[in-house]
Amino acid sequence: MSQVLHTPPPAPTAPGEDDLAALAARHGLTVSGARPSLTEYVRQLWGRRHFILAFSQAKLTAQYSQAKLGQLWQVATPLLNAAVYFFIFGLLLGARRGIPHDVYVPFLVTGVFVFTFTQSSVLAGVRAISGNLGLVRALHFPRASLPVSFALQQRQQLLFSMLVLVVVVMAFGSFPALSWLLVVPALLLQVVFNTGLALIFARMGAKTPDLAQLMPFVLRTWMYASGVMFSIPAMLADKDVPPWLADVLQWNPAAGYMDLVRFAMIDGYGSSYLPPHVWAGALGWALLAGAAGFGYFWKAEERDGRG
Amino acid sequence: MAEHTDEKIPTVIADGVDIVYRVNGTGAGRGSATAALNRMLRRKQTEKASGVRRVHAVRNVSFVAYRGEAIGLIGTNGSGKSTLLKAVAGLLPVENGRIYTDGQPSLLGVNAALMRDLTGERNVHLGGLAMGMSREEIKSRYQEIVDFSGINDKGDFITLPMRTYSSGMAARLRFSIAAAKDHDVLLVDEALATGDRSFQKRSEARIRELRKRAGTVFLVSHNNKSIRDTCDRVLWLERGELRMDGPTEEVLQEYEKFTGGTDKAAKAAKPAKPAPKPKAHA
Repeated sequence: MSQVLHTPPPAPTAPGEDDLAALAARHGLTVSGARPSLTEYVRQLWGRRHFILAFSQAKLTAQYSQAKLGQLWQVATPLLNAAVYFFIFGLLLGARRGIPHDVYVPFLVTGVFVFTFTQSSVLAGVRAISGNLGLVRALHFPRASLPVSFALQQRQQLLFSMLVLVVVVMAFGSFPALSWLLVVPALLLQVVFNTGLALIFARMGAKTPDLAQLMPFVLRTWMYASGVMFSIPAMLADKDVPPWLADVLQWNPAAGYMDLVRFAMIDGYGSSYLPPHVWAGALGWALLAGAAGFGYFWKAEERDGRG
Repeated sequence: MAEHTDEKIPTVIADGVDIVYRVNGTGAGRGSATAALNRMLRRKQTEKASGVRRVHAVRNVSFVAYRGEAIGLIGTNGSGKSTLLKAVAGLLPVENGRIYTDGQPSLLGVNAALMRDLTGERNVHLGGLAMGMSREEIKSRYQEIVDFSGINDKGDFITLPMRTYSSGMAARLRFSIAAAKDHDVLLVDEALATGDRSFQKRSEARIRELRKRAGTVFLVSHNNKSIRDTCDRVLWLERGELRMDGPTEEVLQEYEKFTGGTDKAAKAAKPAKPAPKPKAHA
């Protein structure tokens, strides 16, 4: 009945290789760990929506659970962040040229919060798979759950930041108006955009964990080029730069999302500050990043973080 | 191995499976930074020269598991048991060969999904969702899970963060969460070794119960007694090769001869073969 094997070849009484494949086919067995079709994958991901949500909320809660002030840090962190940037750029460097003082502070704070949202989504994305290998290797679920979940966690964080933002904006004389509703579509588009980026970087980070070291520098460059603490047209006005460079800076998705939120919430920040077709740009970037990110991630589903 | 007649339905078929780990950063001992640079500059060299080590963890393993079987996996440390189990679960890619399964086999273990900073209560929900249970299922089984774990026997601990638990308590809660779900093909990796004696008895009973409901159970263990108690067929892996496949008693006798005596002696001096497993998570 039993046999001792000293060499690799399969047991003599065991069916040969072709037979095994045929046996599997006859009983309708499927290859373990194979990549599902794209529609099937979307269905699986949707089936895990409660897990994705619970995981992101759990991460959010766990983040500050050891701190004495606890969840208060959700609000305090963005506030301190904004204060630092105001001190450096508003007071020391005088980056507010072209913007009236009562507009500059909410302008800066909005920029910091909105950009931080994209920035932290990318950083979380890079580590989404490579930093959770234990989870990836222990349980079976669509891997895209992780980057999506991390992007959602950042969105929750952004909602806390928005609370701070409302207070800051009101303190500088902009009061709730109908235009504030525009924040909702703008941020929704940004959520899609960020999720797409997180998916892209999750796959890249799974293959090359070194990205986690590199990305902070790339993102900081992106931040300084996106007009977080200065107005791009005002800054470029008296400089001799080719017009295409100004266009590139303005079409940058991060700048677009920031401008849209500023436009919606700050009274003194009228449509004259907005580049043309900014909504179309925001929508286009969101769709592009979302679709590309999802497709790119799905392509490596059966390989990600397994090696 | 049995002849497959028509009433024997296969649930897992492994067909010449090879599994290879690649480990980064094992290159030239002197100054790993220069080794890394070297690796980047000369891309087109062999994996070995570029400091990537290949660990061949499972070699050409073939077997067919049928519905209703409980199969033990034995072998000395580092012989590829857990790796093979992970591949069956579809969590590790195979280098060569194929693994066919009926439905989705699940590994019994949720350690990785749980967060130390969250309360036991939230971890029960999170772990359940991670295993693919629905919210209603978790709600209806919640009390059962907590009672089984015995976490609340000594006070209201379930509402405390898991980092405050003793290691035994945490292990018990993890097992209780993992065992709450019904599986078609269930893979158990040394889960029985957790907790105190009374909990071990309860968890062995739970495994047998799960086995009744599951199609096929795979059990990795160094405890030959629990293999004898639960399994009717045993696969013996040694250095990644399938050395023996047969009825429990026959294989265990050979294995005990190989490891030098009885279960007790084997336990006292576990032969350690530290084949490096990169970040293999139990």
